Amino acid sequence: MENLHSLTAHKLKELMARGETDPSAILEGVFARAEKVEPKVKAFVLSGKERARKAVAGTARKNGKLAGIPVLLKDNLCVKGEATTCGSKILAGFKPPYDATVVRKLEAEGAILIGKANMDEFAFGSSCETSCYGPTKNPWDTACIPGGSSGGSAAAVAADETIMALGSDTGGSIRQPAALCGVVGLKPTYGRVSRYGLIAFASSLDQIGPITKDVRDSALLLSVIAGYDEMDSTSVDLPVPDYSNALVEDLKGLRIGVPKEYFVKGIDGEVEASVRAGIGVLKSLGAEVKEISLPHTEYAVSTYYIVGPAEASSNLARFDGVQYGFRAAGADDMIEMYIKTRSEGFGNEAKRRILLGTYCLSTGYYDAYYLKAQKVRTKIREDFDKAFSVCDCIVTPTSPTPAFKIGERASDPLSMYLSDVYTIPANLAGLPAISIPCGFSGSGLPIGMQVLAKPFDEETIFRTAYAFEQGTEFHKRKPNL
Amino acid sequence: MRYETVIGLEVHLQLATKTKAFCGCSTKFGQRPNSQVCPVCLGFPGSLPSLNEEAFRFAIKVALALNCRIQAIVKFDRKNYYYPDLPKNFQISQYDMPLSYNGFVDIAVDGANKRIRVKRVHMEEDAGKLMHPEGEDYSLVDYNRGGMPLLEIVTEPDMSSPREAYDYLTKLKAILEYLKVSDCDMEKGSLRCDANVSIRPEGETKLGTKVELKNMNSFKGVRNALEYEVKRQDSVLEDGGKLVQETRLWDADKGITTSMRTKEEAEDYRYFPEPDLVPFVVEKEEIERIRKTLPELPEAKAARFKAAFGLSDYDAGVLTSQVDLADYFEECVKLYPNAKTVANWLMGDVMATVNEKNIDMSELALAPAAFTGLLKMIDSKAISGKMAKEVLAEAIETRIAPEEIVQKKGLSQISDAGAIESVVQGVLKKEAKTVSDYKSGKKAAFAFLVGQVMKETKGKANPAVVNEILKKSLGE
Amino acid sequence: MKTIDKKTVEKVAHLARLKLDDKELELYSGQLASILLYISKLNEIDTANVIPTSHALATLKNVFRKDCLKRSLTPDEALENAPSKEGDFFKVPQIIEGK
Repeated sequence: MENLHSLTAHKLKELMARGETDPSAILEGVFARAEKVEPKVKAFVLSGKERARKAVAGTARKNGKLAGIPVLLKDNLCVKGEATTCGSKILAGFKPPYDATVVRKLEAEGAILIGKANMDEFAFGSSCETSCYGPTKNPWDTACIPGGSSGGSAAAVAADETIMALGSDTGGSIRQPAALCGVVGLKPTYGRVSRYGLIAFASSLDQIGPITKDVRDSALLLSVIAGYDEMDSTSVDLPVPDYSNALVEDLKGLRIGVPKEYFVKGIDGEVEASVRAGIGVLKSLGAEVKEISLPHTEYAVSTYYIVGPAEASSNLARFDGVQYGFRAAGADDMIEMYIKTRSEGFGNEAKRRILLGTYCLSTGYYDAYYLKAQKVRTKIREDFDKAFSVCDCIVTPTSPTPAFKIGERASDPLSMYLSDVYTIPANLAGLPAISIPCGFSGSGLPIGMQVLAKPFDEETIFRTAYAFEQGTEFHKRKPNL
Repeated sequence: MRYETVIGLEVHLQLATKTKAFCGCSTKFGQRPNSQVCPVCLGFPGSLPSLNEEAFRFAIKVALALNCRIQAIVKFDRKNYYYPDLPKNFQISQYDMPLSYNGFVDIAVDGANKRIRVKRVHMEEDAGKLMHPEGEDYSLVDYNRGGMPLLEIVTEPDMSSPREAYDYLTKLKAILEYLKVSDCDMEKGSLRCDANVSIRPEGETKLGTKVELKNMNSFKGVRNALEYEVKRQDSVLEDGGKLVQETRLWDADKGITTSMRTKEEAEDYRYFPEPDLVPFVVEKEEIERIRKTLPELPEAKAARFKAAFGLSDYDAGVLTSQVDLADYFEECVKLYPNAKTVANWLMGDVMATVNEKNIDMSELALAPAAFTGLLKMIDSKAISGKMAKEVLAEAIETRIAPEEIVQKKGLSQISDAGAIESVVQGVLKKEAKTVSDYKSGKKAAFAFLVGQVMKETKGKANPAVVNEILKKSLGE
Repeated sequence: MKTIDKKTVEKVAHLARLKLDDKELELYSGQLASILLYISKLNEIDTANVIPTSHALATLKNVFRKDCLKRSLTPDEALENAPSKEGDFFKVPQIIEGK
């Protein structure tokens, strides 16, 4: 059968169940596709062909929820014995001695891991340009960025180089590239998915989540990776619902809030038009739409750029050339070794965030920056608490603009940071949020719409997103590569 | 000018849990380097800590035993600094909200009670171990110790002499041993002590320049180091010099302290709440539940010993200074009700042997039943007190029961009057000259005759019985 | 909140064990200053009686692990990634105190 690579996991499962295809054909289909388009997209940093073929031929479980389905991992997820580098020179050669919990869960359900996807170095970025391997390109326009930091994962799914992918989201790193690449990206509730084995950027914000071709696959992949893990104290011991039950086409009685603060200056006209049209679709499906206010929205980016870098500066202290990864040559003593290794091993954006975070935590600045940000974080969370007393979910744009040109914002970090303005609040408040395709710009670039819900209410997100998807055709369009 | 001494102590205690503070690696001492490590305690990318429930319970026990208040919400913080024994380059510790605070330990000073305030007791993780091969320009790291659960127990600067510091440590160690939360072994490093010491003119309320002392590997080392340091500071001031705030290392071999580094600027540890661990809320009921599991502590035990057994302050204090000794004493008293005799023997010969052999009471190969059996043999006059001392020493040395030693060596004392009578008569016959000397008033001759009887019986005759029979035979 | 000068950036860099050349120092000082200026927006909010949030989910508490042994790595596994080792040890350059 042709074009297996372009299908969703649930469709492939159907075909396999009917005996019309098999894991080997799917895998080879995906590899053939990658062979053809990867030179243009550059989504992979490590191809796991051999391992994947071996898995299909024997070792993989045959009867799991994802049996025979190729899955691509962001390069910050640890796989035992496989290079895991976070797109950074400082982790050159690092092969973790253990599997991330999500990796164990995927393999327990028969998923076929096909390699590692490119990302901004240590997930610092919104464009996938800061990777030490060079940028990934947007499949819809290879002169444009795919978004970031999970740009490789999103681009690979959009380009049909994999069936599904995992990304991680600290301030929008799943949703923003999903929006810019025209695929579905979900950041689950903080604590829904174990972070054990995810190389940390900001521990209190990071979540692993699915990047898929449609909402049903998103629900399927979440159901596999979600759940309490005693290795992650911040994962939550709540039962994992059967998310497929939430996939209904009816939105009657659903109260949708549209925050007025998300439609102010800075938003691209085409993005606003598409999202407003999308809200209209939701209304036509039976939802009740009302304007709400999230008054502290404009402070989210500031808060995030204190909390994130502060935690990152500490999380990244361990990269010092002692136990693993890169060690600079020619240092005569310990401190010199630290300094040379870190100065040569980290890229510019990583250094910038480490400096910013270190500064915000240092004596004399802690109260003014870090503590202040933690307090504003409370205010932002309270905004959402209030909003969710009058609505079941919140709909916003995912990104203020469609994909921009490679290099366009590279020299102005602040403008880059502002591309996460709509996605950051969900991380600060720990909320689940999805980005789904809701339109295209005049130049044919995808536009994403974001749906947020209360903590652990991924079901409402899936219900809303699924109904929208069934009522529209955006997710069916494919880039011309 | 006369100066007074101000000392505060900082004790680090390794908790004797099976596994480390934040991972399931063993805490066993002295294993192959880097064989008790995992991604978590090696700080590998992607790994996360999860708190050992038992370590937390141990910590609360210690806090309660030191009369501390428990924080309503316990959180952990990261202490950020770069050092190769610290795999993550931050230590999980507690900063502004320690597990517990405002406690105290009472010690006796010149017969009066002195209260040493405990400022805080908090949990943290231990670092790995660095080795510096002689003459090489590199170091080696073993992370087996990294991530072991530690308690930091910090006092206020309430001690005013090295002796008080020593007594505080002794008392603290006794309490910790009673709790059975650590093996408290300074040589193995499971109990470590740093001291802050300064002097100031008598009557002055402001603290003098503080010196931090490190590298003291025994309680005596702490006392000696403090004594040396107080003298050193004294002579610096006497000579018109100025003290500098610094860290000094104790050199036990040379008996001096040497400067390690001067603190020009405070380190910037950039503490912030550990985001990978959630807060721990200790409910009042839980605290009370743990409080109920606390054993009887040294002070309470000493009071009970005094009341129940009529012991003196001193005896009760010594017997309760080690939990093993106190337990041993109580076992003995159950088998042999004369508590004072038990106390005397324990504090005398038994402790002397234990100290001489440099072993713990727990390693003493003499069961309370065997020991009290020995006391009973003295009472029944089966052996003399002098013999008992020898038997005791041998029993401890050879691990053979005292009764068996006595029997094997035929040491049993001859108290049988008939048997002694015949020996006495023989001696009197042989020593007719001495007998007549005695009768003519030379009283010293009596002792000679006793000696002869003892010699004939190879010292086994009960001296009291010999005396009695001799006197009777000589017509007294 | 005040802006950041080169000297502070250098100090912060050392705290983070980074060394910046003159060009980098120039670049980062300028960029950090503009980021901090943007961040200073937070001063508009009165947070006098606000409890800080350090965890996304305020409800999560008391998550423990039982004191049960788990398999450790072998020394070979532990040292497999080490840039430098000797026997069962990680090897690092000499440590010069107070530097």
